[in-house]
Amino acid sequence: MGMTMTQKILAAAAGLPSVEAGQLIEADLDLVLGNDITSPVAIHEMDKFKEDKVFDKDKIALVMDHFIPNKDIKSAEHCKCVREFAARHEITNYFDVGEMGIEHALVPEKGLAVAGDVIIGADSHTCTYGALGAFSTGVGSTDMAAGMATGRAWFKVPSALRITLTGKPSRWVSGKDVILHLIGMIGVDGALYKSLEFVGDGVENLSMDDRFTIANMAIEAGAKNGIFPVDEKAAAYMKEHSKRAYKVYEADADAAYDEEYTIDLAALKPTVAFPHLPENTKTVDEITEDVVIDQVVIGSCTNGRISDLRTAAEILKGRKVKKGIRCIVIPATQAVYLQAMDEGLLRTFIEAGAVVSTPTCGPCLGGYMGILADKERCVSTTNRNFVGRMGHVGSEVYLASPAVAAASAVTGKISAPDELGL
Amino acid sequence: MRANGTVFKYGSNVDTDVIIPARYLNSSDPSELAQHCMEDIDKDFIHKVKKGDIIVADKNFGCGSSREHAPIAIKAAGVSCVIAETFARIFYRNAINIGLPIIECPEASRGIENGDQVEVDFDSGMIYNRTKGTEFKGQAFPEFMQKIIAAEGLVNYVNSTGI
Repeated sequence: MGMTMTQKILAAAAGLPSVEAGQLIEADLDLVLGNDITSPVAIHEMDKFKEDKVFDKDKIALVMDHFIPNKDIKSAEHCKCVREFAARHEITNYFDVGEMGIEHALVPEKGLAVAGDVIIGADSHTCTYGALGAFSTGVGSTDMAAGMATGRAWFKVPSALRITLTGKPSRWVSGKDVILHLIGMIGVDGALYKSLEFVGDGVENLSMDDRFTIANMAIEAGAKNGIFPVDEKAAAYMKEHSKRAYKVYEADADAAYDEEYTIDLAALKPTVAFPHLPENTKTVDEITEDVVIDQVVIGSCTNGRISDLRTAAEILKGRKVKKGIRCIVIPATQAVYLQAMDEGLLRTFIEAGAVVSTPTCGPCLGGYMGILADKERCVSTTNRNFVGRMGHVGSEVYLASPAVAAASAVTGKISAPDELGL
Repeated sequence: MRANGTVFKYGSNVDTDVIIPARYLNSSDPSELAQHCMEDIDKDFIHKVKKGDIIVADKNFGCGSSREHAPIAIKAAGVSCVIAETFARIFYRNAINIGLPIIECPEASRGIENGDQVEVDFDSGMIYNRTKGTEFKGQAFPEFMQKIIAAEGLVNYVNSTGI
């Protein structure tokens, strides 16, 4: 029987001619990633190892992004712990204030992930790099510690769901709507333990930023990883951002899939996930009652890239954030921030009455920089709308695309851009 | 190895944000994390839980964030075992790695209620509901998993085996 794209990458990294779903393997790692929340726990675990060494100082990335610039003394102590570890082991890819960005936007931008890689990260959204044709998956801090020490990790080879994308998305439909639609269809455990393999003619109609968004939220369907074929757009992205050689793997024609779904991108509409699960989706035209909001967040590892900010700015240009609504825009990396500045997007946001923050995960996980009070509602371009995710347990998060988030900031209720005549 | 305790029962999709909210992730101290365990889904949990008690849930327990702080908080709160219909995959891995026993058993998940007295035999994988007098066959713990649990985590286990 043939192998899926994911299985081929894992077989190669395990030095095996072939693997099958359910098989336990040990694979070589191309990158081990951690952030300021998960790395301190991993470093503490590493202290227990007999030898104080890392497998390869060039293949570890430590990105301070969740609570920095540090929000309080305890988070400052965490960053200090990671900073000292990075210095002691001369970690090449250590990113602190001034260089950092949200890890899953930063890693591809810095060229640290390429097609064919096997990557683990102590952050669930590590699955983002599947957009480039890499196998990448989230793990916990102990796995990160073992990965940093040995350069290897064990995996149970996943089976896969094949998602065929066809057609071209309409004007205000983006990668966020594609993945919310899929999660709404299969549920938050619809891909549990499995790969989501995206294929089809529609892939070429999605920008790399759209693909990063889609792969990023594979975990919200329970998936081990999400992965895209490597086409000209992916190759061009890697050529622009990375000096590393990449390797293209393709699924065998006779690969087995547990289930197959087809999504016609042309038929999709702007989609919103209602509290408190990403699977509670409605298209904007299915929302019959006004959902009045208090805050909008545009940013995160899901939607803080330049094309996300361009879309939001296009809608906010010449308009005002409705009085009483807090609109928080967070470019995902310093490079995105600079690009947005050069293109005049930051001026558009500020003139509209939004605030622009330094890159941080901050409000997405209820850390800081936009915490919600009891009974407050937020339209957010982030990835999770769990109970209490962005603040008080009585607050509500509605997940949406940058286009819907920006339009909602103007109207003060959940809105599609066409409600503004766009 | 056996676990024996009172059950705290929860539904599907218990995410790691409610197991340990991110506002407490500026700490990685297990006893501090335990003080806030399950806070956003069950405020009474930490006041009622006793050493040895058992969490039982429906589908997809531990979904969402990869924070290892979640199983760490549960273990440090004194919980001896988590039984669920299914677990989210990162939580599953993390629980084993830190030595928190977990068992997937849909029948047990359906047949156990909040407050039941439950006993688990890790060697056989048997789950006994002492309150209702019923029993369920879960998966026995492989030897290496029992060793990881006995060593209180993967790193200690690896060190002890000299790998």
